[in-house]
Amino acid sequence: MYRLRRWGPAILLIAPSLVLIGVFVYGFLGWNLTVSLSDWQGLRPSYDYVGFENYARLADDGRFTNSVGNIIVFTLVFVGGALFVGFFLAYLLERRIRGDGFFRAIFLFPMAISLIAVAIIWRWLMNNATGGQQTGLNRLFSAIGLDFLANDWFKADQPFAVMAVAIAAGWALSGYIMALFLAGMRGVSDDLREAARVDGASEWRVFWHVVTPMLLAVLMSAVVILVHISFKTFDLIFAMDSESRLIETPAIYMWFTTFDAFNFNRGAAIATLLMVGVSAVIVPYIWYSMRAERRK
Amino acid sequence: MTTMSWRQRNRGAIAPVALAAAASLVLAACGGDDDGGDGEAAEELPTGEASGEFEFFSWWTGGGDSEGKEALLELYQDQYPDVEVVDAAVAGGAGTNAQAVLASRLGSGEPPDSYQRHAGAELLSDIQDEFVEDISWLFEEEGWMEVYPEALLDQITVDGGIYSVPVNIHRSNLIWWNPAVLQEAGIDGPPGSWDEFLTQAEALEGAGKTALTVGPLWTQQHLLENVLLGELGPDVYAGLWTGETDWESQEVIAALDMFTQVLEHSNIGQAAADWQPAIDPIVDGDAAYNVMGDWAWAYFETVQGLAFEDGYNVTASPGTEGMFNWLSDSFTLPIDAPNRDNAIRWLQLAGSQEGQDTFNPVKGSIPARTDGDASLYTGYFEMPLEDWTSDDVAKVGSLAHGTVADSAWKGEIDSALQEFVGSGDSAAFAAAVAQSYEDTRE
Repeated sequence: MYRLRRWGPAILLIAPSLVLIGVFVYGFLGWNLTVSLSDWQGLRPSYDYVGFENYARLADDGRFTNSVGNIIVFTLVFVGGALFVGFFLAYLLERRIRGDGFFRAIFLFPMAISLIAVAIIWRWLMNNATGGQQTGLNRLFSAIGLDFLANDWFKADQPFAVMAVAIAAGWALSGYIMALFLAGMRGVSDDLREAARVDGASEWRVFWHVVTPMLLAVLMSAVVILVHISFKTFDLIFAMDSESRLIETPAIYMWFTTFDAFNFNRGAAIATLLMVGVSAVIVPYIWYSMRAERRK
Repeated sequence: MTTMSWRQRNRGAIAPVALAAAASLVLAACGGDDDGGDGEAAEELPTGEASGEFEFFSWWTGGGDSEGKEALLELYQDQYPDVEVVDAAVAGGAGTNAQAVLASRLGSGEPPDSYQRHAGAELLSDIQDEFVEDISWLFEEEGWMEVYPEALLDQITVDGGIYSVPVNIHRSNLIWWNPAVLQEAGIDGPPGSWDEFLTQAEALEGAGKTALTVGPLWTQQHLLENVLLGELGPDVYAGLWTGETDWESQEVIAALDMFTQVLEHSNIGQAAADWQPAIDPIVDGDAAYNVMGDWAWAYFETVQGLAFEDGYNVTASPGTEGMFNWLSDSFTLPIDAPNRDNAIRWLQLAGSQEGQDTFNPVKGSIPARTDGDASLYTGYFEMPLEDWTSDDVAKVGSLAHGTVADSAWKGEIDSALQEFVGSGDSAAFAAAVAQSYEDTRE
């Protein structure tokens, strides 16, 4: 009786969200898995079990393997770039320079723009057309006499094309990563820094040996956030150049094969693989942070 | 029997007729739920006063398209003032987003009263999955079998059934050019064959011009189908989609090689993100040619404000003189449409001469019927109207716009083409297309 009185209200309060998550997240994950093992092609659902046939076909599907190659390059460049730039900006702003609030806002703004708009802006900036159609960066380069810098951006050869898209994605999210690192840096107690300074450490050594080791947790969350965004990126690439094999990722192929060609089973198989990919990053993270919490 | 006479009959209704109409309305209301069950729906024209709702689903939200649809819906509203018209449109290029929304509505058994699909093979999955009613009885009833061209009726007939009403015709096999650019390069007129195009391309490039512009993948597919048509002729071309022409034959491989050569003289490395920006270099005088359907007319004429024949010009794409590569928008009658009678009234209007002559001049296309009022189609439109209604012009369906290949096969062709424009490997492309034809026949 006492137990019920103690736990009852809590369970009652979380029940709605438990049910919603159960149905709309785990229920549909299961449903998606079922579809990926079915023969559902065409508009009318069909759930006849075909085993892993759809997955086996994807392994032989040149369009799919090409898109996997693209997403790997994209993720490496985007995650690496955003982490590096975000960390660097946070390092600069951490000096409490004059007007740091202003710069913080400036660097954060791109995150407020929807990725569709980011894609439209960067599509224009990285347009590789010549002559009268020349726009954006290439035009800027030729105007200031740096023609040799002009290049084909997202129309360049693989794997460089998808790297250009990663620049746009990095531009949009570096500010957010900066905010994460900045919060982490500011969270480091001044006592620790003082102690290091008293021991005669230079400012650089204080930063490197005292502050950065305490940013590991921030780094971990930043990586997880960036990688899962990267795997799911759809709007940015779709709006920049849809159906271009140079930059197509599995999420884009999934959309086209599902809603243009009505291969619902193949789309579901790609979705499942994407989820497995995201889980491969997130599950170790959750496991790690749960263990860390228990240790406390 | 046309819509007009049907309407007049209603208007002249006297008491007994009105009574019967009221009774049938009550009956219809009572049987509302099991109306439209599988194949049991009455194959007869609705009688009585029209009332209730009518929901039309389309992806027409852009300029021209949207106005054409609104003109037709307005006409419908005028004829049936008591019907509440719901215009459900989902924006998105070539209807991709609308497809997703529609697929989920059809799958969950909540169809609109009528929806838009390209006429031809694109409708095959809807037919196989039993989402749309066979309305060949309506074609018989309205006398449409005589007013639509035979080639069109052949293409949209599936196992003896017809499942949608084509309202318009767009022409795919057109080459658009800037006369000033040709003059500058010392070229008299557009190429009559793709071989001649290659020769012209050298001259154009010598004059510092791009010979041909392309846009995203679907525009490249649009170019491909017209190179194939120009190189292979209408019969062999038509056989590509029915399994009669061997994709891996010498002839087809040669035509595919030609496509690769043509692309080498295009700006494919700088392909624009959509078809309008692909046309811009022509407007600006940096490029000579673009192969695009006749929706480009509105872009040249209205958006860019150029004059036909002076600022821009157009003719059949190389090697396709006397051929008409068509695509068509059509409207369906979904099984279990909530307001089936109103949907039939809509289809009657869409298939009527009055309906098509209202819709098409605004949309920028020609009527699918051959008896449209020619005075409404001037300027550029004289040429396609004349060709469409002529028996001497061979009519074939478009690949890129859903006429000849069903969605599953076309999806595989898209993937293969993506690879092909990168590699230029004709044999591999032909093999992939032939293989996927077999794979998607199941």
